[in-house]
Amino acid sequence: MTTVGQRKSHESATGHVSGKALYTDDQRQPIGMVSLYPVTAPHASARITHIDVSAAYGVAGVVTVLTAEDVPGENDTGVIIRDEVLFPTEVISYWGQAVVWVVGETETAARLGADRVVVHYEPLPPILSIKDAIAANSFQGQPLVVRRGDATTALQAADFCLTGEVEMNGQDHFYLETQASWVIPDGEGNYQIYSSTQHPTETQVIIARVLGIPNNRVVVTCLRMGGGFGGKESQANPFAAVAAIAAVKTGRPARVRLRRSQDMTLTGKRHGLLGQYQVGFSQEGHITALDVDLYADGGWSLDLSPPVLLRAALHVDNAYYIPDIEVRGQIVKTHKTSNTAFRGFGGPQGMVVGEEIIDRVARFLGLPPEVVRERNFYHGEGATNTTHYGQEIFDNRIACIWSQVKANANFAERRIEIAHFNQSHSYKKRGLAITPVKFGISFNKTQYNQAGALILIYTDGSIQLNHGGTEMGQGLHTKMLQVAASALGVKIDRFRLMPTSTDKVPNTSATAASSGADLNGQAVKDACETLKARLAPVAAKLMNLDAPEDLVFEDGWIYSRSYPNDRIRFEQVVEQAYNDRVSLSATGYYRTPNIYWDAATSQGRPFYYFAYGAAVSEVEVDGFTGTFKLRQVDIVHDVGESLNPLVDQGQIEGGFVQGMGWLTMEELVWDAQGRLRSDAPSTYKIPTISEVPEHFHVELLQRAAQEGVIYGSKAVGEPPLMLAMSVREAIRDAIAAFGAVDFVPLASPATPEAILWAIESVKARSGAKSGVAESLLVSPTV
Amino acid sequence: MKQVLESCLTATINGETVRIQAIAPTTTLLEYLRQSGRVGTKEGCGDGDCGACTVALMAQGADGKLHYQAVNSCLIPIGAIAGRHILTVEGIANGCLHPVQAAMVQTGGSQCGYCTPGFIMSLFAAYYDGTVNDACVEGNLCRCTGYLAIRRAASLVASSPVQDVFRDRLAQTATELGEVSYDGAQSQFYRPTQLSEVLALLQQHPNATLVAGATDLGLDFSHHRKSYPVLVSLEAVVELNFMHQTTEAVEIGAAVPLSHIEDRLRGVFPSLDEMLYWFAARQVRNRATLGGNIGTASPIGDLPPVLLALDAELKLASAVGERTLPLANFFKGYRQTDLQPGEVIVSCKIARTIAPGAVRRLSQSYKIGKRGTDDISIVAAAFCIDLDEQNQIVHARLAYGGVAATPVRAIVVEQWLLGKPWTAETIQQAKSHLKTAFTPLTDLRGSAEYRKLLIANLFEKFFVEYP
Ligand SMILES: Cc1cc2nc3c(=O)[nH]c(=O)nc-3n(C[C@H](O)[C@H](O)[C@H](O)COP(=O)(O)OP(=O)(O)OC[C@H]3O[C@@H](n4cnc5c(N)ncnc54)[C@H](O)[C@@H]3O)c2cc1C
Ligand code: FES
Ligand code: FES
Repeated sequence: MTTVGQRKSHESATGHVSGKALYTDDQRQPIGMVSLYPVTAPHASARITHIDVSAAYGVAGVVTVLTAEDVPGENDTGVIIRDEVLFPTEVISYWGQAVVWVVGETETAARLGADRVVVHYEPLPPILSIKDAIAANSFQGQPLVVRRGDATTALQAADFCLTGEVEMNGQDHFYLETQASWVIPDGEGNYQIYSSTQHPTETQVIIARVLGIPNNRVVVTCLRMGGGFGGKESQANPFAAVAAIAAVKTGRPARVRLRRSQDMTLTGKRHGLLGQYQVGFSQEGHITALDVDLYADGGWSLDLSPPVLLRAALHVDNAYYIPDIEVRGQIVKTHKTSNTAFRGFGGPQGMVVGEEIIDRVARFLGLPPEVVRERNFYHGEGATNTTHYGQEIFDNRIACIWSQVKANANFAERRIEIAHFNQSHSYKKRGLAITPVKFGISFNKTQYNQAGALILIYTDGSIQLNHGGTEMGQGLHTKMLQVAASALGVKIDRFRLMPTSTDKVPNTSATAASSGADLNGQAVKDACETLKARLAPVAAKLMNLDAPEDLVFEDGWIYSRSYPNDRIRFEQVVEQAYNDRVSLSATGYYRTPNIYWDAATSQGRPFYYFAYGAAVSEVEVDGFTGTFKLRQVDIVHDVGESLNPLVDQGQIEGGFVQGMGWLTMEELVWDAQGRLRSDAPSTYKIPTISEVPEHFHVELLQRAAQEGVIYGSKAVGEPPLMLAMSVREAIRDAIAAFGAVDFVPLASPATPEAILWAIESVKARSGAKSGVAESLLVSPTV
Repeated sequence: MKQVLESCLTATINGETVRIQAIAPTTTLLEYLRQSGRVGTKEGCGDGDCGACTVALMAQGADGKLHYQAVNSCLIPIGAIAGRHILTVEGIANGCLHPVQAAMVQTGGSQCGYCTPGFIMSLFAAYYDGTVNDACVEGNLCRCTGYLAIRRAASLVASSPVQDVFRDRLAQTATELGEVSYDGAQSQFYRPTQLSEVLALLQQHPNATLVAGATDLGLDFSHHRKSYPVLVSLEAVVELNFMHQTTEAVEIGAAVPLSHIEDRLRGVFPSLDEMLYWFAARQVRNRATLGGNIGTASPIGDLPPVLLALDAELKLASAVGERTLPLANFFKGYRQTDLQPGEVIVSCKIARTIAPGAVRRLSQSYKIGKRGTDDISIVAAAFCIDLDEQNQIVHARLAYGGVAATPVRAIVVEQWLLGKPWTAETIQQAKSHLKTAFTPLTDLRGSAEYRKLLIANLFEKFFVEYP
């Protein structure tokens, strides 16, 4: 019996619930370990005129203070380009930037020492918004253009044309475990790092760069993370790097662990984004032309912004065919944290712009938004089923999922019910919306689409499984165990899943882009195949068979298909293999085939395949306060042939709720000085259980095997986040019911305040008091 | 009160007696747990807002019996656990996983697992109270699961549990909180049991700070890392821990935790019920007290508007004697009160009678935050309207939080309302008065304009709901 496809609990679930699962900062501290604490800048933009650290040494327990002079190698942790100074000496680029780090015997000593460090600044005017950056011509990276056809001409030819813009907030990752890194020097010039990082290889490379030593002297290990969501893809690096410098300088083990408000103040977030569009469309709601400018707030340094922006540009279309389209993108440079990867990696921002446009067209024409959505779906073959970057959607599942979720949710009936409810309620309105998701799977950067694994079988038949992916809660390790157990034909409990470590599998890609299971799964399977191929002849010899290819590995037994009753134990074969001097360890390797990207023309096949889903959400909005309640959610999502339905359902539910948080309540508030004011959970509100409705129904698309992917499965980490667009659109639908207007702008996040202003605007433009016209909602349903 | 300060505290953690010494009493329980190698309990925020640090504290419930109470260990000064029993996530698997642990494994209730110990302990506490539901984990944030699998786990253990060792332990443990005088790392912690001792300590130590549930002061320990030379805990003071109900009035001791008020007064004052429902989350309500909520004098404290609307009266005590004063006269300015040095809030009294000539009372409260659950108010409002037979307003109280430097009443509007009929027209006029009644500020939670709109709209909402 194969374990792939089973509802296996998380491999660490027992450890999680009993408090035994260890995270980086939970380990037993080595003797002499020092702790670091940053001295942070109280300006968003300033010149540093003077740094005096001497007073810190007056604090008992302060060991040393790290400044730029202590950096043995390069003082820069930039990942795409070198623009991320680790110890700034000239300018401050964002509020809270760490200037120097104090090293103490304890965190308290380091903190008290940090209080004593004197830094003088000459404040400069900061750029704090996308629009200010555009006005100041403050950009970074390269502008990009993705186009098909001729949007300008098509706009002129369109029946109708509308111009508009939508701006959305970023999002703090709010992983429950803040950034943490430990560095342990061995005294011989080598460093063992334990880091809560999604990208151990990059952390290794950056530490080696900062220390000025070869990569092979640095080993980075990630035990597990208490959440990542993209926030530990590149952003773990600087903290590991300062700890490494402390270890070099003091010769002692060193640790950095950020407190929550430090983490929120210092680390990058989801990019806020401004979309400005011109859309052309027909009377029936067919979008014929689209011209969009996307401005992503990169923050103070480039970080991963270029691929984030690219993914936004490649997802503006979401599930919709737009014949003539031009998407331009730029990254603005502001005096804020350096924005970074976050579940969806720009895709959600692009799609929110797309859905905004669809809704705009629908309300302008007086059509239900879902009708306009349907009418614009990618469909058929050839051009109408090809994205604006030239990738044909060969396995288009949108329409199928759409009709399924509509049926599950009783969409048509509820449309009518809600219209009645709204007619009889003046102060409360309900809204209903359905939105699709089409999300491209693969790293846009082609070379990241490779993975490795290392499997070590010991003579007692127990096995260590290593692969390049990190575990942050997404269940990757669980899936890898299932893959390995199935591929090797043994029980899962035979394996020990090893912490991800760069000395086991080198040169790994970030565990990101939802690709962890796709890539590492194939590599694990490859290693298993190699081992099986070595063990089969040994088994055949033991059983006196001469056709090793006929052997079946199953549940810890090996037998011949022809004589299934004559079987032999896995460990017996292993022992014999050792005696026969057959290697019991193997690496596995995988690279995604058939993907390519031409950056010059922004055309190609960047994605191996697409993940699809659709969600229906219903909300009730209070006209006095702008508060809303999510009443019901129905989802159908495509995970291919699920490797683990329990894990996949968890990803869908968790992704949705996280997306809902982004779009409705998680508000990043910076003050006029550029200081993040919402820097703690008391002020930055992520959803609690009470924001999640009782009726929350998830269905996995059935018979959905994806060809060419590990056991027919599909990536699931990111796509479900975007299902939450249905909540934003349902809120808009409810707001619309407070009047009769052909345009319902709504800020993002749609906080109670934003909703109330939107309601007020609808009422004012309707020229009527609430509850007069429900024309939109009474229009025919489909 | 013991005059000699002890240099050692004892407490019971997971059934094991621990001796705590040479650490400041303001060290949080969470810090202590982690430093002593009990790293199963996590820090997600250190602010009381995420619940990752939740542990179960054996404490008296509203019924006077011991219960497991979920509390945030990041807000509890170690001094407060003296003589008490604590269970952490490491201490509840008794040979095999506890039912709440097994349920979470089964349903996939953990993904990254970092929030999980906190959820486990919230569920554990609720399990023995038969109150496993969404509300018991409202104070636990999870960023991974979207909560659905946790809800499924909860439903597996929602029915009443069997008799087991943990329930037995509740019955076998003494309920009384003894007195404590502890000195650690140059800081003193007193937990007297008599009001007279509190007052004497305040005389002796002019630099002393009162602490009740520490859900407000705890932020100073945990987040701001402030030290306090002398803390005087009110938790065990008999005169502050009572509730007295007659047909005329209700009197609530200042040190009574909100969860007791919730339980014991349910149905008595609808506006209080409603506000307590929206007040923080379970872990905080288990610790937070009425006296603390008034004592902090926060302009966004949620109970003052309710109490102002109900014309509550405070009793204060000091070495020179007792006095009473209407709550309305207590708040003097931003975080300033009429509390004199050496004075303690003893209790709060709320009349149950309605105005003479009135035949019915309408009263409700509202709290608007960015997030419905466990958020600080943007605006909180409480209304109390008494009507006579002709539906004329004979008594009006409109009290707000979040609109001025202190919790306040809209006295001008209250007076204007007197004698007016309770009709839509009156409300519309009152709304226009309300719009100019206060000049709220813009802050990170909401703009001044939004607040102004809420001040007026909430009153109309009240009218619509209570015509
Ligand atoms: C996560 C979280 C959520 C919260 N949510 C809310 C909320 O929704 N609404 C809200 O209003 N508050 C909220 N608070 C704030 C806090 O919980 C309340 O103000 C609570 O009532 C304080 O009570 P306490 O017993 O914990 O006070 P403590 O923290 O012990 O004391 C607070 C202050 O009052 C003084 N004090 C305490 N008792 C007395 C007394 N008897 N006489 C004189 N002075 C006294 C203390 O010296 C101290 O200055 C929240 C806090 C947290 C951490
Ligand atoms: S650590 Fe977040 S509530 Fe205590
Ligand atoms: S499982 Fe990761 S935060 Fe809850």
